[in-house]
Amino acid sequence: MSATRNPTDWKSDVMQKRIARRYAAERRFKLMGLFAVMLSAAFLAFLLFTMLGNGLRGFTRTEIALQVDFPASPLLLDPANITDQGLVGANLPMVTNEVAKKALGPDADALLSPTAWTSIRDAIKADPKILSRTETISVPASTVIDLAAKGKGSPQAEAAVARLKQQGVLSTGFNASFLTGSDGTDPTQVGIWGAFKGSLLTMLVTLLLSFPVGVATALYLEEYARKSWWTDIIEVSINNLAAVPSIIFGLLGLSIFLNFMHLPRSAALVGGMTLALMTMPVIVIAGRNAIKSVPPSIRDAALGIGASPVQVVFQHVLPLALPGILTGTIIGMARALGETAPLLMIGMRAFIATPPGGITDPATVLPVQIFLWSDEVSKGFVEKTSAAIIVLLVFLLAMNGLAIYLRNKFEKRW
Amino acid sequence: MTGPAIFLLLAGLGAIAWVSARARALRLQTVARTSGRRDAVHSLPGYHGWYVALWTLIPAAIFLAIWANVSPGLITQTVLSDPAAQSLPADAFSRSAILGEARNIASGAQAAAFNPAAQALVEPYRSAISEYGVIGAVLALVLAFAGGAYAFTRIRPDFRARTRVERLVMASLLIASLLAIVTTLGIVVSLLWESIRFFSMVNPVDFLFGTKWSPQSAAMGYGNKDAFGAVPLFWGTIFIGAIIAMVVAIPLGLMSAIYLTQYARPQVRKWMKPILEVLAGVPTVVYGYFAALTIAPALRDFAVSVGIHGASSESALAAGLVMGVMIIPFVSSMADDSIAAVPQSMRDGSLAMGATTSETIRKVLIPAALPGVVGGVLLAVSRAIGETMIVVMAAGLAANLTLNPFSSVTTVTTQIVQLLTGDQEFDSAKTLAAFALGLVLFIVTLLLNIVALRVVKKYREAYE
Repeated sequence: MSATRNPTDWKSDVMQKRIARRYAAERRFKLMGLFAVMLSAAFLAFLLFTMLGNGLRGFTRTEIALQVDFPASPLLLDPANITDQGLVGANLPMVTNEVAKKALGPDADALLSPTAWTSIRDAIKADPKILSRTETISVPASTVIDLAAKGKGSPQAEAAVARLKQQGVLSTGFNASFLTGSDGTDPTQVGIWGAFKGSLLTMLVTLLLSFPVGVATALYLEEYARKSWWTDIIEVSINNLAAVPSIIFGLLGLSIFLNFMHLPRSAALVGGMTLALMTMPVIVIAGRNAIKSVPPSIRDAALGIGASPVQVVFQHVLPLALPGILTGTIIGMARALGETAPLLMIGMRAFIATPPGGITDPATVLPVQIFLWSDEVSKGFVEKTSAAIIVLLVFLLAMNGLAIYLRNKFEKRW
Repeated sequence: MTGPAIFLLLAGLGAIAWVSARARALRLQTVARTSGRRDAVHSLPGYHGWYVALWTLIPAAIFLAIWANVSPGLITQTVLSDPAAQSLPADAFSRSAILGEARNIASGAQAAAFNPAAQALVEPYRSAISEYGVIGAVLALVLAFAGGAYAFTRIRPDFRARTRVERLVMASLLIASLLAIVTTLGIVVSLLWESIRFFSMVNPVDFLFGTKWSPQSAAMGYGNKDAFGAVPLFWGTIFIGAIIAMVVAIPLGLMSAIYLTQYARPQVRKWMKPILEVLAGVPTVVYGYFAALTIAPALRDFAVSVGIHGASSESALAAGLVMGVMIIPFVSSMADDSIAAVPQSMRDGSLAMGATTSETIRKVLIPAALPGVVGGVLLAVSRAIGETMIVVMAAGLAANLTLNPFSSVTTVTTQIVQLLTGDQEFDSAKTLAAFALGLVLFIVTLLLNIVALRVVKKYREAYE
């Protein structure tokens, strides 16, 4: 067999086809990559748009202007002497119902929110003088009417809305009580302030516990500890804690904090302690990286002019590493803010209609509130859940934005 | 005396101790300097201040912590020795109920008594509480003064206050770092403890290999043997977390990483990488709500329209798909790291031989980076099977052993939440089962993490 090999003829049809095929594969591969990125981004966009589309309606509320002729109504209240007890005794729900029937027709029951009477009560409380005249008070419409006014109701409800619009009593406005209220059974009346305050208290406890301990641990491991089996154990347990599923921390909180230490159930204190255990490893890992990036020359210089090891760390290393530590802390806190499962374990899923007064009061937090509302049967809760999600996402975005800003502003490259 | 008042008083004492000790040290050291004994001066005055302040505060604080635990017992004893307590019933349960009620009224936690016997004890309780409160406060103040005075007398120009304060700082740093070990131990001990109690009621073999899960029937008294077979739960967890979610996350995550690192222009990369990372920052409860509200109904309608049997509104597919999307950035960043760790020379060699970029990636980079990618996938699996809210909201509660992704399955985490959020006594096998499930979950995620980290580390070493 002759061993003469001709040089490859690149111009031949076979070779040209082969190259074309390879280039096509190249383009296909690149397109697949682009497709993967685009699909992921599209999913994120779809999620955000769904939440925005459902949630923005949750910030508005449909109200019905109700003409209340107080002197003619069967209210037994003395304008000069309005007390809470008197208002309870006055049977406002029934009176409201009668007034509404007179103004809006026999089906008024279905038009007004079951808690519409509280608006009248608040109006009387704010100004008792209205008891002696006819006053127009805006009361929240029922969920059915509310949804129909926003274009999502049944044909009957749409008809009722059209009739109310003709009477000119229907208005849709910003729902301030969504930002100031607490959990409730009536979707037109619920608000997120209670859950939000619970989240703030829980985060405060988490920060106060996890930040000092996390920073101290990072300083000890990075600056003082000599490498030994002992520090190895510490390191291994911190890395493991960072990877343990969050629900396990909930089990820990349940069996140690609640059943063993008998701390109050569903309180911000216990929630904060549980989340602090979760957040601490994040802070330690971020803190160690930040401390590691401080150049040794700074330590050497400080030691050289006579500072003690503690002075070196607390007066030189720590201030320089602080921006990095803070960035890690904010990211860890943002994760804790969105955490739900461990808090369910320690009983923070109770129905709580008043904002907590302190860290030992029963409280709920924003993500748990979202979970609770998502379980509600009433259709009005769908937009409230999405609205609460928007609030939560805005806060997470703000925290992460702050972390990025801090990193860009203060991060030093030596 | 109330708690906050004592704390304020102690803080004030500490501040006074700091200021006066610092002033004294400064004066003594100035005298020493002016009289020519410069080398006899050791610590800065501030350290003397801290030394005395800490001696003032720490003994008193330790005493108060002990006192808070001891004094309730002393108070109860005093009340029991009161003549009004002679009429208390003998059995321990109703006795402690009455005592608890009286205590609540006396401390203001409860407005009025339901039990007349408790009402009679309120006055003794109130006086005992205030008596022991005063005793505690006085003892704490005495300790604070004694500690402060002792430290104050030790101030000399050459006293090594800094050394001592720094020793305390070091000790507190060490204690803080021990907390990580304590937490790990706490997890292991609490899970083990409750699990052992569970396994004393239910045979571990029945639990690990049984195929019937119905804790509700066990709670109703049908026996434990057939109620706690966890295999359907393990299957549901693997089906959702390790199969469906990974089918979504691995191709999308890997291809995103390849595109962003190998093809995308720097400008595109700079924007797309953070956008993908947002996917990992969205709280899981939001994903769960999205899966339950939007994805699951759409999938069910689709399944019904193509005629699949057993389609449910809570499906494994909905939970798995959304979980997969959540994991994408995780897989993508792990793949990114391991591809970046492949030596440039290998890439250059392949390109120089005339391979196209995609051929280089498929035939050289991916095989070389495979151990790192596999490690990343294992970490992602460990995260997916520990994920709770998505499956709680979207996967359902029925313990089915099924291969149909459109039917409802349940997972370990869902059942933990389900078992522990009802109202039942804490000692039943039903609630303890949650801890046994937690133990299994903990062990499996731990093993996955250890194996994954080992694989990644081995592979890094191979190229260093």
